[in-house]
Amino acid sequence: MFEGWPVLSLLIWLPILGGLAVLMTGERAADFSRRLALAISVVVFVLSLALWAGFESGTAAMQFVERTTWIDTFGIEYFLGVDGISMPLVILTTFSTVLVVIAGWEVIRYKPQQYLAAFLVMEGIMVGVFSALDAILFYVFWEAMLIPMFLIIGIWGGPNRIYATLKFFLYTFLGSVLMLVALIYLSYQAGSFAIPDFYGLGLDPAIQTMIFLAFLAAFAVKVPMWPVHTWLPDAHVEAPTGGSVILAAIMLKIGGYGFLRFSLPITPVASVQLDWLMISLSLIAVVYIGLVAIVQSDMKKLIAYSSIAHMGFVTLGFFAIFRIAGSEAVSGSGVVLALEGAAVQMISHGFVSAAMFLCVGVLYDRLHSRRIADYGGVANRMPMFAGFFVMFAMANAGLPGTSGFVGEFMVVLAAFQADFWFAFLAATTLVLAAGYTLWMIKRVVYGEVANEGVAALRDINRREFLILGVLALAVLALGVWPQPLVEVMEPTLSHLANIVMAAN
Amino acid sequence: METVYLLIVLAPLIGAAVTGLYGRRLGRVGAHRVAIGAVAISCALSFVTLFGQLSGAAEPFNGAVYTWAAIQGLTVEVGFLVDRLTAMMMVVVTFVSLMVHIYTIGYMADDEHNWPAGSGAGVASYQRFFSYINLFTFSMLMLVMANNFMQLFFGWEGVGLVSYLLIGFWLNRPSATFANLKAFLVNRVGDFGFVLGIATVFMYYGSLDYAQVFGTAAQSTGETMTLFGGEALVATVACILLLIGAMAKSAQVPLHVWLPDSMEGPTPISALIHAATMVTAGIFMIARMSPLYEQSVTALSVILVIGGITAFFMGLVGLVQDDIKRVIAYSTLSQLGYMFVALGASAYAAGVFHLMTHAFFKALLFLGAGSVIIAMHHKQDMREMGGLRKYMPVTYWTMLVGTLALIGTPFFSGYYSKDAIIEAVHLAATEGRPGAEFAYWCVLLGVFVTALYSFRLFFLVFHGKERMDAHTREHLHESPRVVTVPLILLAIPSVVIGWFTTGPVLYGDYFGGAIHVAEAHDVLHHMAEEVWHGPVSFGVHALVNPAFWLTVAGVAVTWVLYIARPGLLPGVRRAFGPVGGILERKYGFDALWINGFAGLGRGIGRVLWRGGDAGLIDGVLINGTARTIGRVAALVRGAQSGYLYHYAFAMIIGLLILLTWLVGGWQGWFA
Repeated sequence: MFEGWPVLSLLIWLPILGGLAVLMTGERAADFSRRLALAISVVVFVLSLALWAGFESGTAAMQFVERTTWIDTFGIEYFLGVDGISMPLVILTTFSTVLVVIAGWEVIRYKPQQYLAAFLVMEGIMVGVFSALDAILFYVFWEAMLIPMFLIIGIWGGPNRIYATLKFFLYTFLGSVLMLVALIYLSYQAGSFAIPDFYGLGLDPAIQTMIFLAFLAAFAVKVPMWPVHTWLPDAHVEAPTGGSVILAAIMLKIGGYGFLRFSLPITPVASVQLDWLMISLSLIAVVYIGLVAIVQSDMKKLIAYSSIAHMGFVTLGFFAIFRIAGSEAVSGSGVVLALEGAAVQMISHGFVSAAMFLCVGVLYDRLHSRRIADYGGVANRMPMFAGFFVMFAMANAGLPGTSGFVGEFMVVLAAFQADFWFAFLAATTLVLAAGYTLWMIKRVVYGEVANEGVAALRDINRREFLILGVLALAVLALGVWPQPLVEVMEPTLSHLANIVMAAN
Repeated sequence: METVYLLIVLAPLIGAAVTGLYGRRLGRVGAHRVAIGAVAISCALSFVTLFGQLSGAAEPFNGAVYTWAAIQGLTVEVGFLVDRLTAMMMVVVTFVSLMVHIYTIGYMADDEHNWPAGSGAGVASYQRFFSYINLFTFSMLMLVMANNFMQLFFGWEGVGLVSYLLIGFWLNRPSATFANLKAFLVNRVGDFGFVLGIATVFMYYGSLDYAQVFGTAAQSTGETMTLFGGEALVATVACILLLIGAMAKSAQVPLHVWLPDSMEGPTPISALIHAATMVTAGIFMIARMSPLYEQSVTALSVILVIGGITAFFMGLVGLVQDDIKRVIAYSTLSQLGYMFVALGASAYAAGVFHLMTHAFFKALLFLGAGSVIIAMHHKQDMREMGGLRKYMPVTYWTMLVGTLALIGTPFFSGYYSKDAIIEAVHLAATEGRPGAEFAYWCVLLGVFVTALYSFRLFFLVFHGKERMDAHTREHLHESPRVVTVPLILLAIPSVVIGWFTTGPVLYGDYFGGAIHVAEAHDVLHHMAEEVWHGPVSFGVHALVNPAFWLTVAGVAVTWVLYIARPGLLPGVRRAFGPVGGILERKYGFDALWINGFAGLGRGIGRVLWRGGDAGLIDGVLINGTARTIGRVAALVRGAQSGYLYHYAFAMIIGLLILLTWLVGGWQGWFA
């Protein structure tokens, strides 16, 4: 049906232009701007489903490719395409944006049209990041992403938003400057800015190490990995709910995506040499951050730390593959299993963390507090909400049957083949994640009605029910039957594994 | 056949969804009809399945339903393995579940009183309860019918989830929400080991499918792996890791601490989840994995020791409990220890058989206790009971049956299963199985303890002085029929099931290929030839057994202390003073877990957060850098003119330097 359509371009420019249109609706037509924003985001989401429908899952090749010259002098192209890794992430982006638009419906009173416009522009840019195959184009989208998020936190954020935005901006900006240098260097070597041309250059190991570290500076901040993670809890705490959702569901994934698209295939030798570093940082994320999450007294901070710990599984899966390849496992190597687990974890975390932040948002909208101590016995006043919150908490704790289980289970199985202790430390998440998530649930949801504020709470309305219900279905569907997603990703990931392994 | 199995599993799931989502619209009667109907379907079809397996009309079934995930090197298919072991579990689970469903109508009838006024969670709590126990039945069936480790783990954690939800059902009670968090976390500690066990199996046996794993394992006996710097048998590592999971789920020392607290949940689920079915999942799992466990005598010995400790020492704690449900909870711990001991002696069939008989009589005891609790207006302290016999005859007689079965009275079901365990472990000890000697003494002396705490409960509740307040006494009456009928229906198998199933299940070939025992380990086969000559002679055989006389002694002592000469009791208490103190502190395990591990985790978390994140990274590195820059900036502030073109000029110069460096000298920098 969409044969020959520039679907990716539409997915990028429709929301950006739509966002500008929403911006121009003006102050007084708030209701109209909401409807317009919703319509645009829904159209974009439906259009992105065309990617899924038209996707050939048997191949690792780029699909929906669009390629024309952009800046001829430097050989920079407008080069777009998606494979099994980026396609699900694009859909996750369009899906999350719809949720965010609905979630801000009657909550955002201050300049709603600007708020919605920021998210729509953000959506287009993020789709651009995932589908850009030209290094400069990628970099432009990558940096552009900071602007709407900066505005979202800076304008609609909490009291300490200036500190948070500056920290967020500086952290991520410093990292990405180094990436730009690496990209320019690579283009000199490859004679083109096309990212696929960067693969298989056979660079000198010492240079690979430099490039790897430059990429690491950019991606580690985004994931974020310990010890460059401290911007995330601050950003989340100050961000409005929608900002937190996009931050957790999509922006963190861009770091993980970077490792898959750049670090592993472009610098495979350096990846082997530095895998000890990456694995250590990943395991620190799981254990250290898991312990830190337990003692948080602010719900958003707790979930932010939980995000970092969960993303540890993503980087662990990516960089454990070299040691897995050398293992004596009977099943044949679990290399693809590790990559697959990490990739599934990214998608799953997109749903679960979004849901968790939305749940906190529901409470925040009513009581204007994120402090755990200000709640207690919420289930007595909001039974329907409590049901959702407990369900998502279980998904966050990795309960089988929810999406949270799938990726972690695969990564633990695979990591075991690399080293018993990798799996041992990673598996501590079973206890830690249950600990920090359910202890929060105990203090917030259960117990007697704690104060008058809680006593006056009203259960979720239809709009909130819709958002949480859709997310609940997604979380369950992915947990009960991950095969459709696995199938889409598998050829690309095993192709990637071949590239990386062949270079070593 | 596959459709039948699907229906068995899906009926309670659909029931749970319908009663959960539309409970309010269905109303109470509609909801319990749906829920009970769903379980009744499962139960009936489970019986059909069992009889199919028994008559030989149906072969063991092993087939996939759908592909969960297929990745290079790992294919996981959700499917069913239905053989005689599964069929027996299915019948036990669905039958007890059905009884509990019916009983719940009576027990939860006035649940509104358990909620504070105006609590939204109290609305339709009755329907929600039915939804949960339906969901539990689904999860438990998934667990027992799984044909692969992923699905096993799904069911395993699924029952854990429902247990969590139900222990904390009355979510306004602090003790309940403490207990459910504790239960979930302790079980997660077990699952931590369990997952690593699954990973070991996957790495060395190359699959998660039971049949393939057992096939590969049979061919690679004696394979070793490196761990802690030494060589260990793969089978030993896998079995011990899986065992950690079983120890949490089946509440074995030291992971037992959650079970007594789980009594905070409504009594029907104490019967269903925390006595008859879920807690036996660990026993079932090990029996299912018998082809693996048979390869590791080390793992079996560990099971023997842990089971022995649990059987004897947890029974002792039951002696000092005053809450009627807690006594039965400690009794459950102890009986689970017996089942573990059976598994450790390679008498898997005896373990599973005790699982079955125990499911009936322990569910009966819990439901009986629940009936008492209803009559007592939800008071559970036995010191306020006494003399209930004349008010509640049906409860009295059925509880008596359950108690007699529990202590192993000859010809009752519990006798056949428990005595087989004692004999089997005794035989294993003579054959030199490490740990069997210890376990033997534990289970033998445990018999005496069992008789003590069982009849202590029985006498305190039903005999002696009526110690309740006048108001409660006026309202004492027998429970309604929805409560007493399940009691009677459970009392019947508690008496007779051993009589006609012991022969085939323990000493015949009921399990066939479902349980694998190495020839050299097969103690039950040995017993079949030497000890077993039919149920009557086995019953009479009790007279020459030390276990029987220990039981008699236990009952006699209790009778003297609680009926004949109650005046002796304080003296006995004083004589055992310090021991009583240790028992009342439950050997300090709770303190170890709560103050020790949980406290330690929070302490470390706080240190890492304050010291690491806030102190070192943010304080020194980030903000410190910012401050340093600020100071440097103050020094060079003179260079700041405030004019935009000055800055732009500096930027252009900088860019030019960068570009020159990039284009010209780049290679030279790294060469």
